[in-house]
Amino acid sequence: MSALSLRNIEKSFGANQILKGISLDAAPGEFIALVGPSGCGKSTLLRILAGLESADAGEIVVGDTVITDMQPADRNVAMVFQSYALYPHLTASENIAVPLAMRRLSTLQRLPLVGPLMPGQRKAVSEIGRDVREMAAALKIDHLLDRKPGQMSGGQRQRVALARAMVRRPAVFLMDEPLSNLDANLRVHARGEIVELHRRAGVPTVYVTHDQAEALSMADRVAVMIGGEMLQLAAPQVIYDDPAHVEVAKFVGQPRINILNSHVMSGGIVAFAGAICELKDKNITSGSPVTIGFRPEFVKVIAGDEAGESGLRGRVERVEFLGSEIIAYCRLDAIGATVVAKLTPAEGGKLSSSTPVRLDVAADHLFVFGADGRRLAADPILQTNTAELAHG
Amino acid sequence: MADITAASIHAAKAKSRSTAERHEARNALILSAPALILLLLFIVLPVAGVVFLSFTDFELGYSGFKFVGMDNYTELLTDRTFRQSLWNTTVYTAIVAPVSIFMALGFAMLIEAEGIGRSFFRTAYFLPVASLLVAMATVWQYLFHPTIGPVNQFLALLGLPGPNWLGSAGTVLYSLSIIGVWQSVGFNLVLFLAGLTAIPRELYSAAEVDGAKSAFDRFRLVTWPMLGPTTLFVTTISIINAVKVFETVKTLTEGGPNKSSEVLLFTIYQEGFVYLRVGYASALTVVFLAILVVLTFIQYRVQDKQVHYA
Amino acid sequence: MTSTTLNSAVPAKPVKRRSAANSFTTGRIIRLAILIIGAIFFLAPYIFMLSTAGKGQSEIFTSSLSLIPQHFAYIENFAKAFTRVSMGGLLLNGVIVCGLILVFQVVVAIPCAYAMAKLSFGAARLMMALIMLGLLVPIHATALPLYVAFDKLSVLNSYVSLVAPFTISVFGIFLFLQFFRALPNDLIHAARLDGMSEIGVIVRVIVPNAWPAVTAFAIFSVVAHWNDLYWPLIVVTNQAYATPPLGLLFFRAAEAGDDYGALMAATFIITLPLVAAFLLAQKRFVEGITMTGLKG
Ligand SMILES: Nc1ncnc2c1ncn2[C@@H]1O[C@H](COP(=O)(O)OP(=O)(O)O)[C@@H](O)[C@H]1O
Ligand SMILES: [Mg+2]
Repeated sequence: MSALSLRNIEKSFGANQILKGISLDAAPGEFIALVGPSGCGKSTLLRILAGLESADAGEIVVGDTVITDMQPADRNVAMVFQSYALYPHLTASENIAVPLAMRRLSTLQRLPLVGPLMPGQRKAVSEIGRDVREMAAALKIDHLLDRKPGQMSGGQRQRVALARAMVRRPAVFLMDEPLSNLDANLRVHARGEIVELHRRAGVPTVYVTHDQAEALSMADRVAVMIGGEMLQLAAPQVIYDDPAHVEVAKFVGQPRINILNSHVMSGGIVAFAGAICELKDKNITSGSPVTIGFRPEFVKVIAGDEAGESGLRGRVERVEFLGSEIIAYCRLDAIGATVVAKLTPAEGGKLSSSTPVRLDVAADHLFVFGADGRRLAADPILQTNTAELAHG
Repeated sequence: MADITAASIHAAKAKSRSTAERHEARNALILSAPALILLLLFIVLPVAGVVFLSFTDFELGYSGFKFVGMDNYTELLTDRTFRQSLWNTTVYTAIVAPVSIFMALGFAMLIEAEGIGRSFFRTAYFLPVASLLVAMATVWQYLFHPTIGPVNQFLALLGLPGPNWLGSAGTVLYSLSIIGVWQSVGFNLVLFLAGLTAIPRELYSAAEVDGAKSAFDRFRLVTWPMLGPTTLFVTTISIINAVKVFETVKTLTEGGPNKSSEVLLFTIYQEGFVYLRVGYASALTVVFLAILVVLTFIQYRVQDKQVHYA
Repeated sequence: MTSTTLNSAVPAKPVKRRSAANSFTTGRIIRLAILIIGAIFFLAPYIFMLSTAGKGQSEIFTSSLSLIPQHFAYIENFAKAFTRVSMGGLLLNGVIVCGLILVFQVVVAIPCAYAMAKLSFGAARLMMALIMLGLLVPIHATALPLYVAFDKLSVLNSYVSLVAPFTISVFGIFLFLQFFRALPNDLIHAARLDGMSEIGVIVRVIVPNAWPAVTAFAIFSVVAHWNDLYWPLIVVTNQAYATPPLGLLFFRAAEAGDDYGALMAATFIITLPLVAAFLLAQKRFVEGITMTGLKG
C-alpha cells in the first residue's frame, strides 16, 4: 500500500502547461526527492499536494483518503517553505505552536482576552506548550524559543521551520528547497540532519530540490522532473547508473555525462571508441539517429598514440586538478567533439595540455537514447579491436 | 630613533586627518546653514514666540503688552467656547479617524483580493485626496442642501425625512465627519495597499498549511500583524489630520450653528486673526501643540515596542 | 507493495475542474458590490459637480437628482465663474506660490540632508533634534508670531508672506535624509576622486540618484500647498494674491445667493488642475504617497 499517491496531476497557468500528468507513489516512511531544473514545476506540484494550488486534473490520495478537493488545513500535510515563511512577529515557540493552536483550539479559545475564559483552554494551551518544548528539544533549539525570526541566523530559522512542520505529526511532509538559503557548509551538514529526523519521524516525505547531489545523497528514491514531466522515479543508484532518459542522464552527475550523436549500424549495432552494443529492439532500422552517453569515470585515457592500439585518438585540451581526482577534457580528432574523463591522480598525473591520447569506453557503461530521448535497451558485445568501426 | 619616526609619522597622519575632518565639518555646516537658519527663523523662534505670547495680553493693533502670567490659561478653563471646541474636535476625531482607518483597510483588502478593476477602484477612492478640499466642500454643501440637495431628494424618494445636514446643531458635526472620512480614506487606502503588497505570499501559504482555515484566521495570523507598522503610521496621521480639521468648518459652517461645529483650529483662527487677541490665541495654540506632542510621543512609544520585524 | 513503476498502474481519469479565477462566486459578487458602492460614494460629488455645473438656476431647484441637464447651461455658468472672479489669476497665483515653495524647499533641504547623511559634523545631532521637533509643528502653531512679524514688516498681502514660512520643509529634509543614507558611500567617494566639489557631488551624483525621492516630495509638497487654506486666509486679504482655495472662498462670499450652477463651475475649474495631474501621473502620485508615508 502506498502512503501517498499522485495520479496524473495536470496544471496550466494560462496557456502554459506546467505539469503534464505527474504520477507518483510513496511507500510509508519513504523519502522521495523531487529534483529538476529551476522553473520545471516542482514547487507547483508541491503546492498542489499541500492544497495551496488546485490541479486542473488528477487525484491525490493520502493513506486511503482522497484529498484532492480538501482545504490545506484539512489535509494533515506539513510543509517547509523555501523562505521558511516564519511569522516575523511571533517568537520561535509561538511559531511552532501555531499549527497546534489552529487544530486544538476553537476560534473563540484562540481570541485574546476572551480565549482564556473558555472552558478547557488552559489545559490545551499547556499541552501545546509541552509539545512545543519537546519538539524544540528534539531539534536542539530550546535556547531559541523566545527569539523572533529577525534575531536568528539562517540555519536557526530553518530548524524552527522544521519544528513548526513536524510538531503536529503530519501524514505527509513536504519540503521546498529548505536548504537553498544556507551557506555551503551548513547545507551539507543539514542534509544529514534532515535525513536523520525523517528516519526518526517515519513520515513519508517529498523533498524538492534543484541540486542533484542533494537529491541523490538524501533520498530513498529520486524523481527527476524536467519540463513538467516526470522522466524517472527510482533509487539514486538506478537514476545514476541506469538513466531512463537522456535528460535524466544529463541532469544527474558531476561532471556532466558525455553525450554524442551517432546512428545505428546494420544489425542494430551502436558503437563508440571500442565499446559496442547491440540494440534489443530489432525494429530500429540502421541509419536511425541515436544519442550515446557515457559517464566521465568510465572513460579510459591512455597517453601516447602508437598505432594499432584500440581506442579513439585525441588530444588533451585542458586538465583540471581537483585533489582526489583529475578531470581531463580531450578533443577527438576524428569527430571533432570534446569528451570529459574523470581520472585518478595515478591515471591522469602525466597528462597535460596537448598530450596525444587514446580513449576507451567500457561497453557495459554505454547508454543509447532514441531520438525522443528515451533510453533504448542494448546489450554490450565483448570488446574486439574494432575501433575503426566508430568512425563510420 | 625608530620610535621617534614612528611617532612623528603618526602625529602627521593624525594632523592631516583632523584637517580633513575639519574641512568636511566646515563643508557640512555651509551646506546645512540655510536650512538651519530657516529652521530657527520659521519654526524654533515662532514656537518660542507663541509660548511667550501666551503669557501676555498682546492684542494686534495695540502697541504695548504686559505679562499676565497664567491668566490666559485660567481663562481657557472657564471659556465655554474653548470647551465646546475641544469637545467637538474630540468627537470629530473619534469618528473620522477610526472610520477612515477601517474603511481604508477594508477596501484595501477587498481591492487586493479582487482581480478586476484594481486601478479603477484605487483611482476612485484616491481622487478626493488630490482634490481641493475647499472646492469639494462646496460640492458637499450642495449635496447636503436641506431642500434642493440630492441627498435629501434621494431620501425623499424613499419616503424618509432628510435632516438639515449642515444647518442643524444636532447633525452638523456628523455631516462634517462624513466629508472628513470621504476626504481621507484614499490616502490611508494607498498606504494599506502598499503594506498588503509587501506581505510575502509564502506567509499566507504557511498559514493555510498550519491550519488557518478561515479568512479571519489568516487575517489575524498574517495580515494584521504584518500591517502593524503601516497601521500605526496611518492611525497617527489620521488622528493628527482630524485634530487639524479647519477647511470644511471655515468654508461651510464658520463654527455654527451656535458653535456646534466650533473646532480647535477654527477657535484659534477666530481669536487670533479675527478678534486679534493674540495672547489668548497663543495659549490656545500651546494647548493644540501639546496635543500633537502627546500624540507623537504615543506613536514613538508604540513604534519602539514593534521592533524586531524581519 | 512499493510501486517502482514510473506510471501508476491504474491511471486516474483526468478530472477537469473549473478554474476558480474567472468564476463569480457569491463571495466575489458581494466583494464587487461593496467596492462599487464605495466607488459611488467617493465619486458622487464629482458626478454632481459636473452635472450641476451645466444646469440653469431653475433646473437646480426643481430636479437635482437627474444627472443630465435638460438645458445645457455650461457656457453661462462657466462665464459667470470666469467673470466674477479672476480664475486665471487664482490658478496663476497657485502655480507661482506652489512653484516657489517647492523650489526653495528642495534647494534648501537637499544640501542639508546630504550633509547630515554623508558628512560628519558637530551640529548634526542638534539638527536632527530640531528636525524631529519640526516634524510635529504645523503652520497652525507658528502662524500667530509669524503673522505679527509679517505685519510689523509690512509684507502681508504679498508672495513673500505666502511663500516664506514654507521655504523650510523639515519633512523634506527627513525624507531626503532617509533616502540619501541608503545611497552607497562609494558613489560619493568615487565622485570626489573624480575631482567634484561637494556641490558638484550633490548636483551631479546625489540628485540624479535621488530622483524618485524628489518626485515623491514634489507631489507631496504641491498637493499640500495647493490645498492649504489656513495660511493664505491669514496673510492675504487682497484678491490679487489669493490662491485657489482662498479665491473660491471669496467667490462664495461674492455669490451670496444659491447660484450653485456658477459655484459648481468655479469649483470644477479650480479642482481640475490637480485632479488632471493626478489622473495623468497616477502611478507617480501613488508611489509618492507611499514613499512619503512609509518613510515619514
Ligand atoms: N501563480 C502562477 N502564475 C503563473 N505562472 C506561474 C505561477 N506559479 C508558477 N508559475 C510558472 O510555473 C513554472 C514552474 O514554477 P515552479 O513550480 O515555481 O518551478 P520550480 O519550483 O520547479 O522552480 C514557472 O515557469 C513559473 O513561472
Ligand atoms: Mg521552486
